[in-house]
Amino acid sequence: MIDAHLPILLIVAPLVSAPLCVLLRQKTLVWAFAFVVCLASLGMASLLLVRVLQDGVISYALGGWIAPWGIEYRVDVVNAFVLLLVAIIAAALVVFALPSAADEIAAEQHYLFYAAYLLCFAGLMGIAITGDAFNVFVFLEISSLSSYALIALGRDRRALIASYQYLIMGTLGATFIVIGIGLMYMMTGTLNMADLSERLPAMFETRTAMVAFAFLSVGLAIKAAMFPLHAWLPNAYCYAPSVVTAFLAATATKVSIYAFLRFTFTVWGAEFVFERLNFDALLIPLSLVGIYAASLSAIYQTDVKRLLAYSSVAQIGYMMLGIGFVSVTGLTGGMVHLFNHAMMKAALFLAVGCVVLRVGSSKLADWKGMGRRMPITMAAFVLAGLSLIGVPLTVGFVSKWYLILAALEKGWWPIALLALLSSLLAVVYVWRVVEVAYFQRMDEPAPVKEAPWPMQVSMWVLTGATLYFGLQTDLTVRVAQRAAMGLLGVTP
Amino acid sequence: MKHQSIPRVVGKLFMPLILLFALYVQFHGDFGPGGGFQAGVIFAAGVVLYALIFGLDAAKRIVRPRVIEILFAVGVLLYAGTGLVSLFVGRNFLDYTALDPDHPAHGQHLGIFLVELGVGVTVAAVMIAIFFAFAGRRRLR
Amino acid sequence: MTVGLFNYWACVVLMLIGLYTAIARPNLIKKLIGLGMFQVAVFLLYISMGKVSGGTPPILHTSGEAYSNPLPHVLILTAIVVGIATLSLGLALVVRIWEAYQTLEEDEIVERDHD
Repeated sequence: MIDAHLPILLIVAPLVSAPLCVLLRQKTLVWAFAFVVCLASLGMASLLLVRVLQDGVISYALGGWIAPWGIEYRVDVVNAFVLLLVAIIAAALVVFALPSAADEIAAEQHYLFYAAYLLCFAGLMGIAITGDAFNVFVFLEISSLSSYALIALGRDRRALIASYQYLIMGTLGATFIVIGIGLMYMMTGTLNMADLSERLPAMFETRTAMVAFAFLSVGLAIKAAMFPLHAWLPNAYCYAPSVVTAFLAATATKVSIYAFLRFTFTVWGAEFVFERLNFDALLIPLSLVGIYAASLSAIYQTDVKRLLAYSSVAQIGYMMLGIGFVSVTGLTGGMVHLFNHAMMKAALFLAVGCVVLRVGSSKLADWKGMGRRMPITMAAFVLAGLSLIGVPLTVGFVSKWYLILAALEKGWWPIALLALLSSLLAVVYVWRVVEVAYFQRMDEPAPVKEAPWPMQVSMWVLTGATLYFGLQTDLTVRVAQRAAMGLLGVTP
Repeated sequence: MKHQSIPRVVGKLFMPLILLFALYVQFHGDFGPGGGFQAGVIFAAGVVLYALIFGLDAAKRIVRPRVIEILFAVGVLLYAGTGLVSLFVGRNFLDYTALDPDHPAHGQHLGIFLVELGVGVTVAAVMIAIFFAFAGRRRLR
Repeated sequence: MTVGLFNYWACVVLMLIGLYTAIARPNLIKKLIGLGMFQVAVFLLYISMGKVSGGTPPILHTSGEAYSNPLPHVLILTAIVVGIATLSLGLALVVRIWEAYQTLEEDEIVERDHD
């Protein structure tokens, strides 16, 4: 009986837990509770993915009001995949949060931190699961508002400015999305995504359709930090507490990209976006420029967190590149990269978090001799860094392989070459950190002191995942392939 | 304004009326314009008026910050709880007919009533909390 | 034609003023005011599209034959609440920024961080 309600329980569990955290208040109790909720969500998300792979699309009508009148939660392979990703990250990071948040966040704010964390989690899951266009906006704001608060918890006063700038950009983006959805509603009189996709084709000739799509895609591009609308991202990631950085880097932008995929492929349809509007002619050059510009900026950063943040912008470029190919291989590459990048970037930011806990700084200059002081943490950093570069046997290789395959499939070998060459830039920025950590001696030697075990565990689980999914590629690739086929409407 | 008698007297006169009106908007929301959001804000406005006239500390003695924190959690839980009840009867989340399976219309009525009550409590608490948070900050130069 | 679309013109004008203020003004509070205007313009857009000419408010017992579409109103009620939350969070950040920097001008804040 209960599994018929899985889609709603997945959202309601974290959403209800947030106020319960406020009621519980006591630090360890709240953490234990958040941990249980995240684990339960992970279980439910895995079950949901298994269900969807077996039985196909699951639709859940809220309040018993049947779509298109009521709000519908609609789970297919694409969002079940994204839901699982968010749940994995949330569960892994809540373990990390125990010592890390204790160090970086004032004690009297802990229960509020976990409440905001769960709210952000619920919002992100909500964006992924809903089949109602306006509901996307509501959940987007739930997750965004809580993430502004989470970023502002950072110790540095610049965290406040970063959060404020993200608030302005994020709200502008969300409002753009509302305008887009409003225009869509104006044309069709419906907000249900499946219903919209049936009614919109009649409107394709109108200028309103074009304007609606433009507003929607610009709004989502801001939220996904797509180049050149990424200006909010480096500061937000740099000054937020370590757990928050890892969580946002691994999930927030990914879910926005999912929303972008959902709107372009399911609601508007590839035919309108890519054949009529030739959106790929904009998307592919922009993502390539984004990859190079962001990677080059990453090379010149003096703060590891900021370096990784710029690298995130570059990696989002790869995902967009995959989408721009509009082929099953390209989308598979994009989806796999979405999953893989979340794993490796979370692992990298967690490694930074471990160092921040012991050294108190993410400045590259303070990382001298870190290879000796925190050998285990730095090993994880290097492994995840190799994955970021795309070395064979790591997940990064798998996704780049598919992206290059997709480019060659289309006969666009210059793009394949450019994507390949861009990995060299990743080599440079990862090497800069490695060089400082392993080959520069620190001025006065300090004893070996690793981070507490919960942080190690969660960091190594994610690092292990980058290696495991690099070897067992069929698991992620198979799901991503089915998701890509679903998006393009191709039957296997 | 603590020592001016006119605002004090007028404020005392208006406070109960504002709170009563909030309750009216809340409970009449089923039949006419109104509902939890509006009622919550009006209720909070009553408390804000009190705080403006008698001072923040006096207002905090009436509605303690910890109570507000509990209330805004309780409101959300009331809303979600109403939705969850229907799950136990085997219906979908927020399907109010489950609240009174024999009379679906009555169930819907009760469901909306409870949900709006939850909304009202949360909105009032959050509004008061926002006011307290801003007003409680040190005076800025 | 132009008169019939008056609402939408007003929306566009408000929207642009808001957007410009939110992006181009260096003062943090003015930015928030601009953001608020931008959002309100979108609320107006939704409310305008729900209007049915000659329609009454969508309350059950009135005798009118046409009702205004209540759905955009409900959507905007949600958006207004979101707007309040955003604004109060933004203002809370501004208060904290003032306490940390003693200024609300963006360029001065950048300057003070470089010292």
